[in-house]
Amino acid sequence: MSKRIDVTDLNVYYGSFLAVADVSLVMEPRSVTAFIGPSGCGKSTFLRTLNRMHEVLPGARVEGKVVMDGTDLYGANVDPVEVRRQVGMVFQRPNPFPTMSIADNVLAGVKLNNRRISKSDAADMVESSLRGANLWTEVKDRLDRPGSSLSGGQQQRLCIARTIAVKPQVVLMDEPCSALDPISTLAIEDLIEELKSDYTIVIVTHNMQQAARVSDRTAFFNIEGTGKPGRLVEMGDTSTIFSSPSKKATEDYISGRFG
Amino acid sequence: MTVTSPTRSPRTPAAASGGTRSRRRSGRGFYGLSLGAGISILVVLAAVAAFLLIEAWPAIVASREELDAISWLDASSLAVYIGPLIFGTLLSSVLALLFAVPIAVGIALFISHYAPRAIAQALGYLVDLLAAIPSVVYGLWGALWLQPVIDPFFRWLSDNLGFIPLFADYTPPARNVLAASTVLAVMILPIITAVSREVFLQAPRLHEEAALALGATRWEMVRMAVLPFGRSGVISASMLGLGRALGETMAVLMIISPGYLFSFFLLKPGQHQTIAANIASKFPEASGLSVNALIATGLALFTITFAVNMLARWVIARRKEFSGAN
Repeated sequence: MSKRIDVTDLNVYYGSFLAVADVSLVMEPRSVTAFIGPSGCGKSTFLRTLNRMHEVLPGARVEGKVVMDGTDLYGANVDPVEVRRQVGMVFQRPNPFPTMSIADNVLAGVKLNNRRISKSDAADMVESSLRGANLWTEVKDRLDRPGSSLSGGQQQRLCIARTIAVKPQVVLMDEPCSALDPISTLAIEDLIEELKSDYTIVIVTHNMQQAARVSDRTAFFNIEGTGKPGRLVEMGDTSTIFSSPSKKATEDYISGRFG
Repeated sequence: MTVTSPTRSPRTPAAASGGTRSRRRSGRGFYGLSLGAGISILVVLAAVAAFLLIEAWPAIVASREELDAISWLDASSLAVYIGPLIFGTLLSSVLALLFAVPIAVGIALFISHYAPRAIAQALGYLVDLLAAIPSVVYGLWGALWLQPVIDPFFRWLSDNLGFIPLFADYTPPARNVLAASTVLAVMILPIITAVSREVFLQAPRLHEEAALALGATRWEMVRMAVLPFGRSGVISASMLGLGRALGETMAVLMIISPGYLFSFFLLKPGQHQTIAANIASKFPEASGLSVNALIATGLALFTITFAVNMLARWVIARRKEFSGAN
């Protein structure tokens, strides 16, 4: 249930503006890959190309290859809707559907694929997904309450439960803890540690300690100046990147000399 | 707020407190102004209600003999007279709403989520333009253009679905309630479209992306994130449209051939009449008690409109927790 993603020579555009240039990297299955870098360096933009969410903005497009399991996600006959069912995403701000109950939120994606799901199957799926997101014990008595009645951290775990309920191959996380307090952040980080045994996880984070704590591999993105495209500076094992990076820019960034 | 830090304020304490006082006064002034504006609404509403009640009262308490003296009122009591009018008003408006809401929601969704920006903008202007057409023009359009155009369709409906009482016995020309409702639907389309479109445009990007990221198609995204969000807005918009349809006078007056029956024959002329059109047609020749009787029907219309609005509020409030406003 976990696949490797190979990115080759990827250029990402907003209209005619080149936002991210020449990225080639590999995300290994059953591991956590972290993207770090200063604001505006294109790491979130790049992340959104991995499930073809980038192109929902008008004028946004991509050149290059993103290969998962032998298929290019940008191939001519690949449906972006199919891609997004394989590659799930958790957003910066928790976004459970406010008009749905907690249980319906978990089932939202599942019901897209399978309208007629029996009551007991649905209940099982709600429980297993919420357990998977470490949220079950907190919400099991109020599954019919609106998703927006939960705290921010719980909402984010509900979003993770919703994402893993559709059984994706890869889970993308775009700064999942940036709107959360330290305790909720810790809960999410623990969860990432557990999820990695089943999924390929890619996380964008502004918090370097977080990258160091949760990830196996780290990619550092940087931008030379405004108007210039973001680029991948280097990528390696997290311990190596944080102890002895090979590039000067990486060392400057992780030691806090800029950024 | 008082200035407490002398080192940061070059002003003397007296000047500071003077400035504070004038600011406080202007704050109080604005409070008074907005309070007055709020109260004026209640006053106007109360004045209208009082006028209707006082002027309708003589007709409400009038005896049967007194009512019989009114030439056009051949009913045993005022309630018996108003009943079919209320029915006709509700029937024509609800039919108009049934036609208009699905189309309006469709147009609004197309403008907000499907059309390329240039087309969306042009279409938005066009719909707003529909709202600017005076209702008497709609009346002329309905009476002179729509009736002949819609005639073959009504014929077909009556010939093929005539076994359903609703569509039985079509008699040309099309001066029936269905023709009137069609024109009413066109008239209320712009307001429902405009309000729905605004609401759909405000659907949070966050939730739309959540749906897309789960592998929703665009239509599924609209169903998961846009329509539930816009639900209460569409209800409000429909109620605004219903309000306009209930009170619409000229268009109905010019199209419908009036009748005073509880009738579900939508294609038959001489079956229905609405309160507003009835007042407009009878008022020029009314005097004495007949004016009071007409105002009594106006009171009924006022009550219906009020009830419709309360109902809409209740529907919206019922699912407030799930609205996304929190």
